Amino acid sequence: MSRTKARAGPSLFADYRPLPGVPDELVDGAGRMRPAWAGLIDHLSGLTPAQIARDFARGDGHLADAGVFFRKYGDDSLAGRDWPYSAVPIVLHDSEWTGLEAGLIQRADLLEQVVADIYGPNRLVADGHLPASLIAQSPEWLRPMVGVTPRSGHFLHFVAFEIGRGPDGRWWVLSDRTDAPSGAGFALENRVATTKVFPELYRDSNVHRLAGFFRSFRDTLDGLRADSHSKVGILTPGPLTDTYYEQAYIARYLGMALLEGEDLTVVDGALKIRTVQGLAPVDVLWRRMDGVWADPLELNETSELGTPGLMQAIRGGQVTMVNALGVGILESQALMAFLPSISKVLTGKPLLLPNVATWWCGGLDERDHVAAKAHKMIIGPALGTRMPYETNAVHAVAGTLHKGQDLADDIDLHDWFTANADQLVGKEIVTLSTTPVYENGALVPRPMTIRVFLARTADGWQAMPGGFGRIGKTQDNAAISMRNGGAVADVWVVSDAPVDPTSMLARPNAAFIRAEPGPLPARAADNLFWLGRYVERTEGIMRLVRAYHSRNAEGASEPLLRLMRDRLKTYGITPDEAVPAGLRSTLASAVYSAGNIRDRFSVDGWAALQDLQKSMTRIARTAIPGQDAALVLSVMLRKISGFSGLVHENMYRAAGWQFLTIGRSLERAAMMADLLAAVAQTEAPDGGLDLAIEVGDSIMMHRQRYSVVTSPETVIDLLALDAQNPRAVLFHLNVIAKRVADLTGGHGPKSPLERQVLAAQTAVALHAPQTLDHVALRRIHSDILDLSGALNGAFLH
Amino acid sequence: MLYDIRLSISYIYAGSAVGGRHLVRVMPLDVPGQQRLIAGLLDITPRPEEWQDGLDFFGNATTSFAFRGAHRSVGFKVQARVERLGGEPDLHQSVALTALPGDLDDCTDLGPTSPLHFLAASVRVPRHAGMTRYARAALRPGMSTAQAVVAIGRAIYTDMAFDSKATTVETPAAEAFAKRRGVCQDFSHIMITCLRGIGVPAGYVSGYLRTLPPPGKPRLEGADAMHAWVRAWCGPNLGWLEYDPTNACIPTADHIVAGYGRDYSDVSPIKGSLRISGGQKSIQAVDVIPLTA
Repeated sequence: MSRTKARAGPSLFADYRPLPGVPDELVDGAGRMRPAWAGLIDHLSGLTPAQIARDFARGDGHLADAGVFFRKYGDDSLAGRDWPYSAVPIVLHDSEWTGLEAGLIQRADLLEQVVADIYGPNRLVADGHLPASLIAQSPEWLRPMVGVTPRSGHFLHFVAFEIGRGPDGRWWVLSDRTDAPSGAGFALENRVATTKVFPELYRDSNVHRLAGFFRSFRDTLDGLRADSHSKVGILTPGPLTDTYYEQAYIARYLGMALLEGEDLTVVDGALKIRTVQGLAPVDVLWRRMDGVWADPLELNETSELGTPGLMQAIRGGQVTMVNALGVGILESQALMAFLPSISKVLTGKPLLLPNVATWWCGGLDERDHVAAKAHKMIIGPALGTRMPYETNAVHAVAGTLHKGQDLADDIDLHDWFTANADQLVGKEIVTLSTTPVYENGALVPRPMTIRVFLARTADGWQAMPGGFGRIGKTQDNAAISMRNGGAVADVWVVSDAPVDPTSMLARPNAAFIRAEPGPLPARAADNLFWLGRYVERTEGIMRLVRAYHSRNAEGASEPLLRLMRDRLKTYGITPDEAVPAGLRSTLASAVYSAGNIRDRFSVDGWAALQDLQKSMTRIARTAIPGQDAALVLSVMLRKISGFSGLVHENMYRAAGWQFLTIGRSLERAAMMADLLAAVAQTEAPDGGLDLAIEVGDSIMMHRQRYSVVTSPETVIDLLALDAQNPRAVLFHLNVIAKRVADLTGGHGPKSPLERQVLAAQTAVALHAPQTLDHVALRRIHSDILDLSGALNGAFLH
Repeated sequence: MLYDIRLSISYIYAGSAVGGRHLVRVMPLDVPGQQRLIAGLLDITPRPEEWQDGLDFFGNATTSFAFRGAHRSVGFKVQARVERLGGEPDLHQSVALTALPGDLDDCTDLGPTSPLHFLAASVRVPRHAGMTRYARAALRPGMSTAQAVVAIGRAIYTDMAFDSKATTVETPAAEAFAKRRGVCQDFSHIMITCLRGIGVPAGYVSGYLRTLPPPGKPRLEGADAMHAWVRAWCGPNLGWLEYDPTNACIPTADHIVAGYGRDYSDVSPIKGSLRISGGQKSIQAVDVIPLTA
């Protein structure tokens, strides 16, 4: 077989068939390849299908390794779904991009003027350019913001626009994303994946880099601070939000703290982060939380995500929100009906980029028009902030009513429209241009939109040269949406001349500055502490369950088995199953804690933990109690040791590591004290001491130090009092004391926590093996558990 | 009519509460032509570390305060002297119910008294098809908006039983409506839902009710705590008409306003957030004492 035949070859382009009457990104109206694509198509044509598959797999591999995922609304797990990445980028020439950029900058400026008016003098309403009810009835018009001038002088600092190319070849704005736009981090990840797929091609293709945009934006955010000692944070609704991964990613990329509402508090009108070292000032928040949730005292009172008093800090000019609260009203679907005329009123100029033709059905003429043209429209809630097919709202597409659950079966489109017209908006359905997707060895056309991001910098609005490309599975507009099975792609803006290869790294001639890790939010510390505890508890339970199964299979005495069942019961475990449900839920708690702090956790550590959970779920289905269970638990034990090792080897020795370590040591010391108390009783069954050194992984050590035969003294000495044995109670109390000293600085008068740790440590150390009986061990067990509350009191509030 | 108003609310926590930030709306309002706040004093114990008075969007007096340290209880005391003015509203000024949409279309006011804020669903008052049907059933052809408001208010008063055990402050209006039981908050939310359902702007009024009835008159329901009632917009001439569905009356001399909002969440006397372990109990006492007969 000749090599040329095996290549994808020229047929890759020749066989590409755009849809009739639909514009295409690769092929122009006359059927010619658009020049910007030539390099990419040449490159692909020179590869065999196997090479293409191999190269594309590098992109997916990177995304999987990086842990990129998205969550569908309604998924309640913290895990997520595989990232639907299409490796062929969408390519635009920068001559076209320049026009787009100008249009979007004009639109961003216009939206700023509109929102300043909506929260200020309200001239647009008074002069009849905007219907008053659109403002008054919108849940996005946040009344506490009325009359507030943002400290920075601007409401908008970072916006996104969803754009698409219509049938006439012009670009259209499909939606405005102003409240808490997502996707910039996804765009970055897609870019990294693309550079893995096309390393040389990317280097040689004059593709505009994205890093410069992020650097300017980061510098801008830093510049918005009133005080250089203050922090910039990213405000997140937390790990259950569908774009949490992206927020954690961008926080790591920009080196900013990812903060939840609970991490913040307002003191004398100023915003602070609750950290383990006390309150730290923060006065710029890049907000990824929708505005209505930001302050339960003055905004939506049911919010558990917000920060009480935040509105007060904003009114007092103590914090800059990027973007200001309340700008969500600009996302109202109905606003697009009025923007073209508002543009002329406010700027004297028409919109450079049109938005999708929109009719607000509160007007009688508009109502009639939409009713007559319903087959060419998407009809949905006027005040909604998403395309209706991205929500659960009742809506109609091209004359078909999508009812959801709220509407009776006998209601048809006409009834629904007539009854609700004043709450509805009609939007013309745009046939979107197609872009090539590689499927089954060929390029096929699929509809696409691009989300473009703009940041307000010291030099005015700057657009990220590229974007978050979204590709539909079918020609249907709604198929673009990821929740409806759409894919994502990188967007290349290519130049004829070499581009500036900026990266996020500081310029070579800039002074070297070592950035100290920022203060650790108390909530993150709490999660790390519990992650340490849960992982250790998982391991301890596994050891006990393994010992139980092997002894049960060997016909051990009932009193000994009962002793083990009693111990397990205190952790909520019944060892009837090979992998008990309680063990799985303990591990799930560890995964949950880790999921709350994805931004502070290595990608590998997170992957290892998830892998452990997957294996355990799989094994739980097939393993049978007895020796089989003992064997699979040994495998799981090796995996969990691997995870602990990974974390402890790779984690930066800052406050976060201290909390993780304290959690682990506290749990290990408590579990051991509990087990020893049980086996050290005078009436304890035979075999208890051997059980303890097995669960304590100290059989070899016992043999070397004492003899083969266990006695209460040798076992207590080795597992409670030996400061060199990493399974012993004293060893871990010493660890806790050291780590607590690291956290407090270790100087000056001892804090209540330090005194309590010292008391527990001393109580153990002063014992001899003969005096440390089960009563003393019980007391020590309880002292150790009390340290958890003391730690909480000292750092975690 | 002059009144002395005393309100005392305390929260007692089982464990100690750490930090905590609260927002209260308890002070009677100055409402031109209707009531005058002669003097008002709010006292909070323990003494908060932060204290800030303000006005919210709807013009209600707010006090925001915060504690830093641990505390076992919080107590609020309001003492106010209020003069209640005004007489009966002239219901003939109301527009016909059928003419109301036109008046609303003409409105471009977004100020705090604009009816436009009070038409859409709000946090505690979602649209409810059952209540809309219920409201329609109370209407008769040719009614003015004010007549419709009174008719719907009376229907609710007739069909609902006052029952302080049936609901809590968190109970959704739909649940109280299904039970046909509740307290002033439920009566008011149901009436607001009904009115908005037929296109009449309606809002929530929180306030105080005279606790000692005039000689020979029955004691009004709800007088042992802060009270709530409704106001509805009846066109530009009559403007806002208040109605108390718990007592089937148009408030005149016995009702004193503390706050206007779209629903309870805009005017709740106390909102707060703090960290406590264990439960809490609250004690509330209200006295509204007429000084002149």
